[in-house]
Amino acid sequence: MRAYLNGNEAVAAAVKLARTEVVAAYPITPQSTIVEKIAEYIADGSMEADYIRVESEHAALAACYGAAVTGTRVFTATSSQGLAYMFEMLHYVSGCRVPLVMAVANRGLAAPWTIWADHQDAVACRDTGWIQLYVETAQEALDTCLQAYKIAAHPEVLAPVMVCLDGYVLSHTEEIVEVPDQETVDRFLPPYRPEYSVDTRRPYVFGVGTGPDLYPAFKYNQQQAMLKAKEVIKEVERDFQAHFQRSYGGLVDPYYCHDAAVVLVVMGATAGTAREVVDELRRQGEAVGLLRLRSFRPFPVEDLRAALSGAGVVAVLDRDCSFGYEGVLATEIKAALYDLREKPLVTGFTGGLGGRDIRREELAGIFHRCLEVVRCQDEGTGAVLNGYWQK
Amino acid sequence: MLQIRWHGRGGQGAVTAARIFGLAAAVYGGWYAQSFPSFGTERRGAPVTAFTRLDDRPIRDRSQIYSPDYVVVLDATLLESTDIFTGLKPGGIVLINTGREPVMARSPETRVYILDATRLALEVLDTPIVNTAMVAALAGTTGILSLEAVEKAIAAVLSRDLATRNIALARRAYDLAKVLGSKEAIACDG
Repeated sequence: MRAYLNGNEAVAAAVKLARTEVVAAYPITPQSTIVEKIAEYIADGSMEADYIRVESEHAALAACYGAAVTGTRVFTATSSQGLAYMFEMLHYVSGCRVPLVMAVANRGLAAPWTIWADHQDAVACRDTGWIQLYVETAQEALDTCLQAYKIAAHPEVLAPVMVCLDGYVLSHTEEIVEVPDQETVDRFLPPYRPEYSVDTRRPYVFGVGTGPDLYPAFKYNQQQAMLKAKEVIKEVERDFQAHFQRSYGGLVDPYYCHDAAVVLVVMGATAGTAREVVDELRRQGEAVGLLRLRSFRPFPVEDLRAALSGAGVVAVLDRDCSFGYEGVLATEIKAALYDLREKPLVTGFTGGLGGRDIRREELAGIFHRCLEVVRCQDEGTGAVLNGYWQK
Repeated sequence: MLQIRWHGRGGQGAVTAARIFGLAAAVYGGWYAQSFPSFGTERRGAPVTAFTRLDDRPIRDRSQIYSPDYVVVLDATLLESTDIFTGLKPGGIVLINTGREPVMARSPETRVYILDATRLALEVLDTPIVNTAMVAALAGTTGILSLEAVEKAIAAVLSRDLATRNIALARRAYDLAKVLGSKEAIACDG
């Protein structure tokens, strides 16, 4: 069905279509309308689920964790400070290998207080053992939530998934969304029935204490599962494509990268604006391309190397910062390319913090700056490329 | 691509107007559309802007709208505090809800139309909420959407009773605007 939904409504539609059984959440802008919509579905009887009202985000995730180990399909959503407040529980959920799905409507962190989009909230949770998928459109938000349940519950993965959508730019922007029918979703996504769950007739212990003898093996298994997730994310997307005739590239979404002298790397909705700029510059004969990173964790090193190794310059646009160093994505891209014999020059740009608009002109400016460096390289004159901070 | 900026005050339904117009275009009008509020917190009575983009191909640009083709003003008192012409494209259309010709500086390239939507809304709804009337008026003045598409979008967004009365209002506004669109704009008068 062709609908006109914003990103938050698209997420709520997916949660309903996935036949989610338990939802616990605490309101925070710009996430709130996701769980408000779900509460409406439950109230009007169109969705059969328990909605647990809680006193905080920490409690929300704790409730979801408890519900998920009983073998139910669970959802929550948050943003910014709310995600920060969940930090302790994030590790419990991933360490206990609970496959729950959480939407993060990305928002900058206070102080100074802001309600607008950047990626600092989710990027700061990089090392919590959660899969992080960043989406570009409301349609992709819906589709990725459906995929996320399947990825998370894959027996060789068993890891929670954050579906990250830019606050306001996606969460509060309406556009055309094709809402799949329930029958097709049911065929794609069977009910969640884990091998182990809390059951008084079959008692198991969850979240045990371990000594130095056992702890490293648990962490090793978690790491192996996250690495395995790279393959599973692609596999689930192929399966999704077969059912719904839509796909997003799996781990990375390259656009005109194959012969590009300059490639811009972004996460999230900025990719849409960047596609317009790439098309415009291509019409002018400039060899530019775009790489949208869809999976931030697991980090698709192999795919990134394949897509970026031919470029002269890679510009990374971060909507986050590791204070005292640089944009987090810039560091990661550099590390991913380090082992290549012939590697592109990688430079970080910081922009879109706290909802600052990223305009076409700015993205074109980044491309032109990098193209100039490529020209100097070709002429052998040498050039130093410095990224900049959008202030 | 066509870009529309909606001006209103918190509580007047400018954000809903942007959405209804986008829905009418995207689902019932054969366009691709995108709509969004001026991001942030909204307070009752404070100036609010909202935006709609239309195109005949999928809309990928996620940046804000700086140079609209059309500007719609739900509340003429905003003219005292807001430059509603900011960024308006040459040849752009401005549609203002007012009962009398506003005094304002305007470029000769801008076409300004006025419509007393408040009076219409009071007659039909018994309350001065003009967002659906202004959606229909923009559709009628520009001819970019049919009345049928607007009616369907209103029916999809509002509850049944509200929708019925707002559709009646939209019809009145659309018919008036059709005539308006075929006339010389007021900017050409003086």
